[in-house]
Amino acid sequence: MMAFILSLILTTGLVATPAPDSVVALTNARIVTVTGDTIERGTLVMERDVIVALGPDVPIPQSARVIDCAGLTIYPGLIDSGTQIGLVEIGSLAETRDASELGDLSPQMKALTAVNPNGVAIPVTRISGVTTVLTEPSGGMLPGQAALINLHGYTPKQMYAGFEGVVLRFPRTGRRGRFDRRSDEDVQKAADKARKKLDDAWDGAELYHRIDSTYRAAPEQGRRPEYVPSMATLLPVIHGKQTLIIYVDTAKDIEAAIKWVEERKIQKVVFSGLAEGWRVANKLAAANIPCLVGPVLSVPTRSSDRYDKAYANASLLHQAGVTVALRSDDTANARNLPYHAGFAATYGLGKEAALRAVTIVPAEIFGVANRIGSLEIGKEATLFVADGDPFETRTRIHHVFIAGYDIPMESRHTRLYDEFLSRDPALKKHERN
Amino acid sequence: MNTRIAILALLLVTSTAARAQQAPQSGNILVQNATVLTITQGTLTNADILILDGKIAALGEEISPPEEATVIDATGLYVMPGIIDAHSHIGISTVNEPTAPVTAQVSVGDVLNPYSVSIYRALAGGVTTSHVMHGSANVIGGQNETIKHRWGMTDPAALRMTGAPRTIKFALGENPTRVHGRGNSVRPASRMGVEYVLRETFSKAERYREAWEQYEERARTDARAIPPPYNEQLEVITDILAGDILIHCHSYRADEILMLLDVLEDFGIDRVTFQHVNEGFKIAPELAAFGKYGAAASVFADWWAYKFEVYYSTAYNAAILTRNGVLTSINSDSGELNRHLYHEAAKSQKYGDLSDDEALALITINPAKQLGIEDRVGSIEVGKDGDLALFTAHPLSIYAIPQKTIIDGRVYFDRDRDPDDVRLQVNPEAAIDIAVLHEKYDHQACLEDASLTVYDLVQELE
Repeated sequence: MMAFILSLILTTGLVATPAPDSVVALTNARIVTVTGDTIERGTLVMERDVIVALGPDVPIPQSARVIDCAGLTIYPGLIDSGTQIGLVEIGSLAETRDASELGDLSPQMKALTAVNPNGVAIPVTRISGVTTVLTEPSGGMLPGQAALINLHGYTPKQMYAGFEGVVLRFPRTGRRGRFDRRSDEDVQKAADKARKKLDDAWDGAELYHRIDSTYRAAPEQGRRPEYVPSMATLLPVIHGKQTLIIYVDTAKDIEAAIKWVEERKIQKVVFSGLAEGWRVANKLAAANIPCLVGPVLSVPTRSSDRYDKAYANASLLHQAGVTVALRSDDTANARNLPYHAGFAATYGLGKEAALRAVTIVPAEIFGVANRIGSLEIGKEATLFVADGDPFETRTRIHHVFIAGYDIPMESRHTRLYDEFLSRDPALKKHERN
Repeated sequence: MNTRIAILALLLVTSTAARAQQAPQSGNILVQNATVLTITQGTLTNADILILDGKIAALGEEISPPEEATVIDATGLYVMPGIIDAHSHIGISTVNEPTAPVTAQVSVGDVLNPYSVSIYRALAGGVTTSHVMHGSANVIGGQNETIKHRWGMTDPAALRMTGAPRTIKFALGENPTRVHGRGNSVRPASRMGVEYVLRETFSKAERYREAWEQYEERARTDARAIPPPYNEQLEVITDILAGDILIHCHSYRADEILMLLDVLEDFGIDRVTFQHVNEGFKIAPELAAFGKYGAAASVFADWWAYKFEVYYSTAYNAAILTRNGVLTSINSDSGELNRHLYHEAAKSQKYGDLSDDEALALITINPAKQLGIEDRVGSIEVGKDGDLALFTAHPLSIYAIPQKTIIDGRVYFDRDRDPDDVRLQVNPEAAIDIAVLHEKYDHQACLEDASLTVYDLVQELE
């Protein structure tokens, strides 16, 4: 067991300092494991960063710090499959945004490098139960590599949660929001141009791959290929070793992206966004491509669409057989992920599938289900304890643990509340008791 | 292909036109067996609400249906007053007249667009009334319009809430200083400049009023007295000074809000609602103590960090303000958020433990008071307008679905009879498959049309 735990610690990189209480027992709790049955009253024991015991009748180790969770429920930490946490501090201030690099083709840029572990949104997000997020670069066609991070740690490496994917923003035929007043024709032209650019880039990457493979097969016979960082970064994607995350929203673009993935024989691929996924749900299901869907709290893409289509989108995809994880597409308010899930649940997805879409499903999609996404022995102790349904706004979260670290339940928002609820002095000095 | 689209469009036009004609109903409705959240008079179970001629005529148990009244069986449903959005930009064809720091003479009431689907989408979220505001590009912007979401009426005037007090948009801080000072080298470029645009404009209006008073005095005895030059802008400012137009001021930082309170006090204005007011929590006692009525606050449930002046925010803002006695509402400023204001209000329970009635008041009676329409809407009381929102569960639950929305005793939204395409107007030449994608920084709506700077900003944020 210790060897297993040790190997986990080594792979997660969380070797900084041990938590003050290395064994913690959460007792008398309802435990929603997600992957197994819900335990109506039981105990969860974590040792350092790992869940070591879990069940209705678990002995409590003598050394354990015991937290009585009577009346409370333990859930695995929620995973947001699309944010820019750590990369963007203040939306409108370029100096505080590190999500975009110059140029259209820069897959070598790594979001993880620019993650600020002290971003103010991090505590704000995690005390709402969102413990793990995909943080993504956004500039140009191949803006870089998104990283899955845990919302605790003093360095990006400590935060790293074991997945990095190359982002491709598929050429868009849609408009870029209400400010975009280009003619329909101009929108189409821009999309065609972007598509040609993508194909040229991928032809280049495939050629680079062939030259590289030939050289590697017999290095003494050939000339070492010139170093092209963007192309070199795409090699693991072309080899089927790294995931390509394709951002795509409109029905037409989704169909084009499905075809493109087939033609280019991309083996590891995930789609993200999917605002109009419901229009082509069967095609997405047939293509067997997992989807990171959201934001759920969003308006329909066309004025002719039913008003609730964005709410129902995840459900319609799920019903068609698509593997669906949810994303808030937010940064400052990624804390609202449970409400995105709640709306999806209400408009057809149901509570259980909605919870899975923010826990085990994204964990599986990102290849980290051996560590997070459910409450199981041997998995990381990344979880939260709430006094009710996590999708309801009246529910309070009492404890959050990320990889065994007991997270302080405070943020800028709670601290300002504490200071200003009963400001002293109020109107006049020494007026308030 | 084009012909096909045209035919399709024609079909749509005819079908929607038919629906539009259905809209005027009798205005007599009996809602039966509901859980009624009156907001001001507690919660009634198994209660009936009778609306006659668009007004709530009776509230109680087992009211017998009069003839000609539509009966709605609301067993298992929750009924609340129609939701009021105190800050919106829906249903207008343009938001900003950004050409000068003061544009009080313009009004968004002149650009109402009854065909905007955003009106229907708001209805589908239980929202019956919106305070449709001018943008925030100017220190003193244009006049706003309080509308009811009478979807299907194609006459823009039919959207107006007749009798609602006139209101005007003010704006402090980053937006007016960016658009004018930094964008066009016109004052204000700083919060100092904002104060002086206000003081200078109010002082000019005082002089203007005096000049007219002197003229009117002289004209009584002197038939040849010459009137001062007419100035539409100063006419409007004069009405503000007289208290005939309510100020709704876009603002974020505590210091700029205190500044406006001082200016208003100096000019004898005692009614103001601060909009957004992210740092209102810092000066809640000052807001509560202002003037005869206290200064009101209309806030976001949780928006923050999209620009520097909202970086030091807290989602507990609504609760801190409420607990300190400030009249507080939660608004949307967004064609997305306005569809789930009930959910936004519910966040005040996560952030500050407001009671159900306190939370719902944030989107009903409180905004009604801020707009000066509390005698008409904002609670379920006999004599008030028949504006109701029916939900499948308690509206503060995430699992609640708006089921029917009633305005003036007429059903304007019914989820059971909700067609996919509700458009009232279709451009037969438009391509049908061009989608408008989600805009990440949607809450810049306030600055829509304001300047190239904003367009560039959005491009940059993309």
